[in-house]
Amino acid sequence: MTPMLQVSDMDVWFGPPHARVTAVKGATFSVAPGESFGLVGESGSGKSTILRAVVGLIPGWSGRIAVEGKPVAGIGRDRAFLKTVQMVFQDPYASLHPRHSVDRVLSETLALQGLGDVDRRITRLLEDVGLGRGFRFRFPHQLSGGQRQRVAIARALAAEPRLLLLDEPTSALDVSVQAEILNLLKDLRAEHQLTYVMVSHDLAVVAHMCDRLSVMQAGRIVEIMDAATLRAGAPREDYSRALIAASTWRRA
Amino acid sequence: MTDLSTRPASTRDWLLSDAPSTRRQARLGALYQGWLTFRANTLAMVGLVILIGLVLMAIFAPWLSPYDPVAQNLGDRLMPPSGAHWLGTDALGRDILSRIIWGSRVTLFIVGTVALISPILGLLIGTVAGFAGGWVDQVLMRITDIFLAFPKLILALALVAALGPGIFNAVLALAITGWPPYARLSRAETLAVRHADYIAAARLQGAGPARLLVGHVWPMCVSSLIVRVALDMAGIILSAAGLGFLGLGAQPPLAEWGAMISDGRTYILDHWWVAAMPGLAIFIVSLAFNLLGDGLRDVLDPKGAKE
Repeated sequence: MTPMLQVSDMDVWFGPPHARVTAVKGATFSVAPGESFGLVGESGSGKSTILRAVVGLIPGWSGRIAVEGKPVAGIGRDRAFLKTVQMVFQDPYASLHPRHSVDRVLSETLALQGLGDVDRRITRLLEDVGLGRGFRFRFPHQLSGGQRQRVAIARALAAEPRLLLLDEPTSALDVSVQAEILNLLKDLRAEHQLTYVMVSHDLAVVAHMCDRLSVMQAGRIVEIMDAATLRAGAPREDYSRALIAASTWRRA
Repeated sequence: MTDLSTRPASTRDWLLSDAPSTRRQARLGALYQGWLTFRANTLAMVGLVILIGLVLMAIFAPWLSPYDPVAQNLGDRLMPPSGAHWLGTDALGRDILSRIIWGSRVTLFIVGTVALISPILGLLIGTVAGFAGGWVDQVLMRITDIFLAFPKLILALALVAALGPGIFNAVLALAITGWPPYARLSRAETLAVRHADYIAAARLQGAGPARLLVGHVWPMCVSSLIVRVALDMAGIILSAAGLGFLGLGAQPPLAEWGAMISDGRTYILDHWWVAAMPGLAIFIVSLAFNLLGDGLRDVLDPKGAKE
């Protein structure tokens, strides 16, 4: 079966040649259709950078990225790619335009994706993410953090993508709201047969959401394991064990 | 909140509703919120009232002015303020009050046109430079630097000297010399939002550079530009008056406040009112624009409150 997302031997770097910082080194992983794949690691380990490079927000990368077997190049992404792959950003306070209402965000997205029947679709999207139609004409400053993230998820779902990249979708939210958003994402995945690639530094979140995960350290993928191994606390590499130990200690 | 019916109790509630049900209600509601913030600022309201007065004065000049602004009466020249001539008469016996009233049209025309052309030019150049980056940015910003290197009034003088004196050329010169600060400002704002996640998100939906610039970057620049323009209005009036004073703006017998001060200069010691009255008018209007600008900053500044 063709993997939904295949990343091989990917390097990602920032800055000009003489002051280059390589954030990701030789990343290789593949995500099967319908799977939920986690990327975990401490801050600065390059997890989010991988997602941003996949959708073409970072110009400096090498290696191979293929979505449903179709390779992409540079930072250009064609219409078919954007219909297949969408992304939810970490901070819903930064990912919604402060002067655009929910209605404007969603209708512009639908127009850009070439979808008609805007009114019905917007109502459907808002219901899908658990917001009523009363939210349609609000501005971001009239929404809570959780509501904003729901709008951001609705925007990502507007084009009916098959692969959703989630960049720490709950880390900017209150703990009480985090669970709501995670459950929403879980339900949406079941409902729309979505494939997830989810970045998180919270192992509990990943254990709850993902089938498989890769542990990253300083730009390299240290280990790829399945969720059962994580829950059993029996990974192969020392670093993974240390990460799990650190996270369980924090919770205790 | 005891009223549980869905119909709002009053227009005010409808405007302040947290859950607007139509696009129009959302937009009007946002405007009304802004108005409430603005209204709380007493000084800004004073500025607004003065400016509304100025606009009414310009519109109704033919009915408000007691005399013909260009009619000379050499028998009544240099009369001090009195019942017949409230603000006195100038060297040619023209009623100063009438000339100030008619002059408000010229002032509004100059200020309005310059305040429309410069910021739009600056917004275009600044946002394109900031958004495109690379050599486009370099070229546009070096051009801006060249314009900024000259004192504004000197450059305007050179332009008017080349184009010939007159009110249209004065406007043109002020507009052409006025845009660089706006370009700098909007470039700075653009650089601040260029890498924002909401721009990235729109890009991921397939938005092209033109749409990102107009629909996403411009709205973030416009509010700080409006505030800056309102605060610059006073400067524009003074520059226009300066050009008029030097004889390069409005030409006689057209009543223009700067030119009127220039005319009164000769008699300033014995007949102070000839120069002081138009000077006072410029002072009041400049002050009003500054007060208005301050109030607008409270309402529009995206970095204030809102969160």
